[in-house]
Amino acid sequence: MTDLSQVLEIATATHAGMVRSHNEDSIAADAEIGLAVLADGMGGYNAGEVASGIAVAMISTEMKQKLSGGGAEVLNGGAERFLAEHAERANAAIYEAAQSQPQYSGMGTTLVVALWHDNQVAVSHVGDSRLYRLRGETLEQVTRDHSLLQEQIDSGLITREQARYSQNKNLVTRAVGIDPAVDVEAHTYPVQPGDIYLLCSDGLSDMVTDEDIQLTLSSLQANLSLAADQLVQQANDNGGRDNISVILVRVRGNFPAQRAGWLGKLRAWFG
Amino acid sequence: MAKLILSLDGSVIREVPLDKERITIGRKPQNDIQIENLAVSGEHACIVTILHDSFLEDLGSTNGTVVNGSPVKKHILQHNDVIEIGKYRLKYMGDAPAAGQTPADDFEKTMVLRSPAAVRAATAPQLSGDTQGGGAPFVAPAAAVTPVAAAPAMSAAAAAPAPAVSVPAAKAAEAQPLAAIQILNGPNAGTERELTKNLTTLGKPGVQVAVITRRPQGYFITHVEGASFPTVNGNTLDAQAHPLKDHDVIELTGVKIEFFIKSK
Repeated sequence: MTDLSQVLEIATATHAGMVRSHNEDSIAADAEIGLAVLADGMGGYNAGEVASGIAVAMISTEMKQKLSGGGAEVLNGGAERFLAEHAERANAAIYEAAQSQPQYSGMGTTLVVALWHDNQVAVSHVGDSRLYRLRGETLEQVTRDHSLLQEQIDSGLITREQARYSQNKNLVTRAVGIDPAVDVEAHTYPVQPGDIYLLCSDGLSDMVTDEDIQLTLSSLQANLSLAADQLVQQANDNGGRDNISVILVRVRGNFPAQRAGWLGKLRAWFG
Repeated sequence: MAKLILSLDGSVIREVPLDKERITIGRKPQNDIQIENLAVSGEHACIVTILHDSFLEDLGSTNGTVVNGSPVKKHILQHNDVIEIGKYRLKYMGDAPAAGQTPADDFEKTMVLRSPAAVRAATAPQLSGDTQGGGAPFVAPAAAVTPVAAAPAMSAAAAAPAPAVSVPAAKAAEAQPLAAIQILNGPNAGTERELTKNLTTLGKPGVQVAVITRRPQGYFITHVEGASFPTVNGNTLDAQAHPLKDHDVIELTGVKIEFFIKSK
């Protein structure tokens, strides 16, 4: 597997916010294998942290093992399938833990996972944690929430602008770990050098407008960790009603996969 | 539960709880809220309620529906909105969590809304004992927490606190007095720029950039990129954000810029 740490620059920030006593979000990012994972847990006491923690730890360790060990062939079955399988494994683990331990009963988590490979990014998500992309000056929301609000927008019941005033923001229609099976949405998108990707929990997207996210990413892109901190700070300045997590990934250049022809295999043999 | 208070010329006629998914307003007798007045169309408007949200829709009425003074076709009702239909007024009292039942904090926690089909399909036993029967479409995240979303019958006394305003307080920083910067030297001397956004960058990308952030606490300057850091009144900044005061002089890439408050 190509080492992407020279191509991807990553900055992260996570904060409990101004209202919640603890942080139920979990994040992990690994530039080498080109992976970013973000989960927003739900459940009483510390069950939310447990659910998001299981999802992020399982997905990031297992993927790292397979990707750094197996090489690009791991993705031969399709990166989307690869991502979905890992989300399903996390789902099973969380569901099992919730079944066997009463204090974790009903726990679950949202999930967004992005994997950069071969000049593309594969994205899987469940729930209302999001992936955005800044390309040039344009910010685009790549994922579509699995939430009641999104369904209402899709059905034309309310507009995106009206959605800002909804009281139903906190209802997701899918989550990892609440049922024996989970429906994971996964897609692949072409990547361009200069793209900046943002994975975030709803603690950011509910508190900071897309315009302000766009302004922050485009004006502070020279300093990615400052941009991450600024996003969290703006969410807190606006009330910080939920945990806030962000992962920023900047793509510095092209990263085509090394084709594993006979020459490549020979090189690897002698390498 | 959310409700409407119907009044005419300031005197209350009746209260209407929004206890149905769809409530119609009009002159004809089949309406849930019948208003016998010629200015009101036969089928004038309707209100669709889904969990905590109520949507008002004008049904193509002749004289229109007005909310808080503005005509609307479709509107998501907010606590204390006043709907005007002809000379009649309907005040919307939003849904609020009943005090003592659920801490306000839990009210906003993310919950899973599962389709009844998904619940039936689940072969496993119910996750938590308090979901209301096998067919309950909602699953509360914690066994101890009553699923708020599943309790539309929860009463909201008139004295109950208003529902938390869910609009992101994106404008929190706009409460700040308007400030501006003015370039003091060089070819652009005299150029002034008002700080109307939450972030304003200064300098040359790739050389040296600083950002002025507008926050509820005031204005701050932070170094963004470049080997050298900006100075404020001659003092070099570090990586931390630095609060700006009226008439502070910032210097970067050899350009002096004055920060000042325009309106108080």
